[in-house]
This record gives sequence, C-alpha cells and structure tokens, in this order.
Amino acid sequence: MEILVVGLNHTTAPIELRERLNVPEADLPKPLEMLGNSPELVERMLVATCNRVEIYGVAEGSVEKAVEAITDCLASHRNVEKALFADKLYTHTAAGAVRHVFRVASSLDSMVVGEPQILGQVKTAYSVARSQEAAGVILTNLMEQAFHVAKRVRSETGIAASAVSVSSAAVELARKIFGDLTGRSVLIIGAGEMAELALRHLLDDGVRSVLVANRSYDRAVTLAREFCGRAVTFEAFRQEMVAADIVISATSAPHLILKKEDVQIIIQQRRHRPIFLIDIADPRDIDAACNEVDNVYLYNIDDLKSVVEANLKERQREAERAELIIEREVGVYLDWLRSLDVVPTIVSLRQRVEDIRGAELQKAITRLGDLTPEQREAITAMSHAMVNKILHQPMTELKRRAALQDGHLYTSVLRRLFGLEERDK
Amino acid sequence: MTIDQFFFYLALLGYLLGTLHYLLHIASQRRSLGRVATYATLAGFGAHTLSHIFRIYTLGRPPLGSLYESLSFLAWAIVLIYLVTEFRYGNRVIGAFVLPMVLLAGSAAAALPRRIAELGPAFQGVGLWVHVALAILGNAAFALTFCTGLMYILQERQLKSRLLGRMHFRLPSLDLLDDVSVKSLLFGFPLLTLALITGVIWAEYTRGSFLPLYGRETWSILSWLIYGGLLYARLSAGWRGRKAAILAIIGFCLVLFTLIGVSLLRTGRVL
Repeated sequence: MEILVVGLNHTTAPIELRERLNVPEADLPKPLEMLGNSPELVERMLVATCNRVEIYGVAEGSVEKAVEAITDCLASHRNVEKALFADKLYTHTAAGAVRHVFRVASSLDSMVVGEPQILGQVKTAYSVARSQEAAGVILTNLMEQAFHVAKRVRSETGIAASAVSVSSAAVELARKIFGDLTGRSVLIIGAGEMAELALRHLLDDGVRSVLVANRSYDRAVTLAREFCGRAVTFEAFRQEMVAADIVISATSAPHLILKKEDVQIIIQQRRHRPIFLIDIADPRDIDAACNEVDNVYLYNIDDLKSVVEANLKERQREAERAELIIEREVGVYLDWLRSLDVVPTIVSLRQRVEDIRGAELQKAITRLGDLTPEQREAITAMSHAMVNKILHQPMTELKRRAALQDGHLYTSVLRRLFGLEERDK
Repeated sequence: MTIDQFFFYLALLGYLLGTLHYLLHIASQRRSLGRVATYATLAGFGAHTLSHIFRIYTLGRPPLGSLYESLSFLAWAIVLIYLVTEFRYGNRVIGAFVLPMVLLAGSAAAALPRRIAELGPAFQGVGLWVHVALAILGNAAFALTFCTGLMYILQERQLKSRLLGRMHFRLPSLDLLDDVSVKSLLFGFPLLTLALITGVIWAEYTRGSFLPLYGRETWSILSWLIYGGLLYARLSAGWRGRKAAILAIIGFCLVLFTLIGVSLLRTGRVL
C-alpha cells in the first residue's frame, strides 16, 4: 500500500497544456469513475485548477501500473495525446506524496505563494471524491490532516498576511491608516482600469461614499452611477478633498494637478484628519512633496509596486517557516501511518494469546475437579497475570519500534513467529 | 515574607510571563501566545490586587505611603487601564509595549526597601490619600498615552517612508492608536487636575499655604500644563497624529521625573 501523487502544475507544464487537461468542477466525478476500474488504485481523488491537475491516490501492488492507469485516464478523458504531457508529469510516493499534498493545501506550491483559493479547491476535490466513495480511510485521514496543516500554516505564519496586488496593497495601507474602512469616503479623480479596481476593493472593504471627478462631467456621471456614487465637477475636487479620506488620482493630465500648497490648505480645513492619496497616473498627478505634510500619506504606483514586491519577499520568508511546519507535520503523519500497521498486530497477538489462555484454563479446571470459588478465582488470576507479564515487554517494544524506520520489520517477524497471518485469514 | 509580599512577587511573576508572551505574540503572530499573555497578566493583576488588600489590612491605611508602595500601585493601575483597553479594542499588540513598562515599575518597586514607613502627622488624612491615588491613576493613563504615542510614531514613520517593515504589519492602525491616545488622555487629565486640586487643599490645610513650591510641585504643574495644552490642542485645534504623540511622550518623561527623579533627588521625602 502506497500513497501516490501524480500530476503536473505551473512549474512543469505550459498554460496551454494545463488548460487542455483541466477538468471543470462539474466533470470531476467522471475521471474518478474511470480510475475506479483499475485495481491498482484503491483510493483516488482529482484536484484540478488552472495551475494544476493532480491525482492523489492509494496504490496497491505496482505503483508503475497505477501511474500508467492515471496517465491513460487523463489522456482519454480530455482527448489529449499521452506523449504531449507524459514527460511533464511528476510522481511522488510515501513521504514525498504526503509532503506534496500538505504543501498544495497550504498554498506553498501555488504560483502566488499564500493565495487563499487553493485550499477551497482541494476541499471541493475531496468532497467530490467522498461522494463518489473514491476516497477511503487513508485518503480521508490524509486530507483531514492536510486541512489541519493548512490551518496551522495560515495562523502561525504570515504567509497570507500581506497584499500581493497593487489594488489590494492600497486597501491594506488604507486599513493601516484608518483602521476599519466602514463609513470612510473615497474620491476618484479621472478614470482607468487600475483606479476602478482599487475602488472596487475599497467598496468590498466597507467604504460607503464614493465621489467621482472627471474633466468630462458626463464621464463622471456614468462612473458615479456604476458605483452608486456622486459626480462632482473637476474644478471642485479640491473642496471635496476636505471630506474625502482616500483620494485615487488617475487623470491623463500632462502636469501636476495637486501641489503641496493645496494639500496644506486642505489638511487645515480637514482639521488634520489623515488623508490617503493614491496617485496611479502616469505622468504623476500629485506633487511628491505632498507626503511631507503631516497626516498626508501619498503613494504613487511605483510605491505601491515596491510594497507588493516587499510583501512577496516577506511571503517568501514566511514560506520558509511554513516549510518547517510542513516537515514536522509530515513526520507526525508518517508516524501515525506506521503505528496503524502495528495496532492490528498487537490486537491479533493479544487475541491469540488470550484464546490459548482461555482454553488451557478450562482444561485445568476440568482436570482439578471440585474447587472452591476462591481457588477458581486464584487460578484465573494467575493465568491473567502470566499472559500480561509475558506480553508486556514485546508490546512496549513493538509500539516503540513502530515510530522508527524499521517498524514494519518487527511487525512482520512477530506475525510470522506467532502465526498471526494464517489466523487473520 | 509577609503575605502581601508573597502575592506581590506572584504578581511580578505574572507580569514577567505576560511581558514575555506579549513579545512572543508580536514576534510570531500566534494567537495562542497572545491568549497566554492575557491570562498571565490577568493572573498577575489578581495577585497584585490581593497584595494591596493584605497590605491595607496590615497597615490600616492605603498602600501609598512610600515610593515602593506608590510604584507598586502605579504598576497595578497601568495593568488595570491596559486590560480594559485590550478588552475594549481586542488588540494585544499594545501589551508588548505596556507590559515591559509595568514589569520595570514592579521590579523597581521590588528593589526598594519595603519596611513600613512611619508617617508623621502631616502625612495623615483622607485628603492626602485621595490626592496620591488620583495622581497615580492619572499617570497610569498617561503611561498608556505614552505607549500608543510611541507606537503611533513607529507606524507613521513606516507609512511615510513607504518602507514597510515587519513592524508595519504587526502594529495596529494609526486610527486605533490615536483613538486610544486621546481616550487615555481624556481619562487621565481630569484625574490629574483633581489630584492637583486636592494637593493644593491638603497643603493649605496642613502647611497653611500652597507656597512655597518645592521641585516636585513645580514639575507636577509643568506636566499638568503640558497635558492640558495637549488636550486643548487636540480638542480645539484638531491637533492629532505625530505632533500629539511627541507631546504625549515628552509629558510622560516629565511625569516619570516627577514621580521618581525628584523623589530620589530628595531622599527622605518619597511622597
């Protein structure tokens, strides 16, 4: 019995190939059903996202045959020639497979390390496999453990703590300035894809009032309607800044539209309430010197990009910590898996000795004839004590060995010595 | 070791564990460590409260009669105000700044002689106890203003420089820090004012006159003026943020000087 991972991801296969092999959520049961016909793969589940197509399974007997069955299934299901992707596939078994599953669920194997979607996708894949009865005891335990590890990684490292896109970085900064964004107001000057994306992010975070200023008032009205906001004339944007907490500037003006002197006046009128200026225009809309004014926080697009870069580096550092957690958890899981083999051995050993004890006791009591209840009890107690004393040492040793590399050796020897194999059959 | 001392040491142990875990919490960002920090601090606070109760029982007067007792009471009051803040805002990062200060005040108290001071007749009377208790509670609130002011400046520097280090992600938002600052100021200032008034009344009553001013009184009035000015600037001129934080830090340095510096300079008079 071997835990097995076969698949390809964004590091081994180009996007065109991944797209061709990808399986939409609704189609997940089909390949699982197909794989159910191969006797080498006793348990299986399929994880398919735009960045990876992977099969997690439990192989009985030949791993090569299981891998072949999986490759065939992927090829025939999506009508892709085997030769196109066979060399892109990776195969992990045993500890490597467990580690891979933990890393995927914890988002360490993702293109953007720490991205949150993958855990949900793995959970979906698992629940589909369960409803198909394709996931048995081993996969169930493996996945439960993987979800536990993912939770640990998320809560104990900052792997997903910081923003890795420009617009979410802007929102993160706004939160560090204003705390809760509920009820804050935002003024958007000009228009553009990036500005609208940032605005959408802010609205998701509770920002309520939206003001739109544009050189073309009609354009402002259209945009305002889209975001349930209010359009203001371009000339009035400085006055509006007295009330707005966050200003996104994205005009196509060839010169600066906001100078340090303007901001000094505005901040006075705001009674020094902080203001967050986001300049995503190229060329710049806002004079860089505005940042020197107290309670004014100015970030331009390059600043935001370098924040994102720093965040990615921070994630990388946190990912190293996460790898340590994973390594420990893989160890814990494998220990558990090994002791799994030992437990039935111990149970059947006990059972075997107990049977002998019962039979011999019965014989002895019949031979001895009339006994007082006290005598009967003394003999019974003696038999129990002997069995327990004899079994104590080997069982302790077996449990201890179970956690070590050669655990299976001891179980197999013990099984043969006591003839447990024949008994189980 | 008397029973109040036993509980005092127990409290110090709680604060030590609290300090360590608040720092570990901020470094590792593990929630479980933060919870341990809160429990340890709560336990320390409980023990500290018991210590005060036993000391009151032994002395037959409030435990505010020596520098040891004052420092111990200050540490207790800071923890009280901090814990209320933590539960109110649900933020444990401030603890990593406040608890080391508590530990320092507590340890300083532990290092001081703990014999029961024989107080002259001039140092008796309810008026004096009220004065001292109010002053210490007010200053405990300013200790919190000091910490959030410090944190504000750290966070503000990160945001202004656009170089966001690890501190940036761990520190709370400027808004929260400023909010705690202004609330602790609003809580502390009336207490300090009342303390000054009761102090004047007590001096009039016992010495016949508030004058002449000794060093200690002068420093008290100076810090009252600074905090009063800060509060006025905040409420009427809309001063906030960095400047307010700097002033709060200066004010607290003066407070520390009044409480400890002047007392040590003029040994023999520790009140």
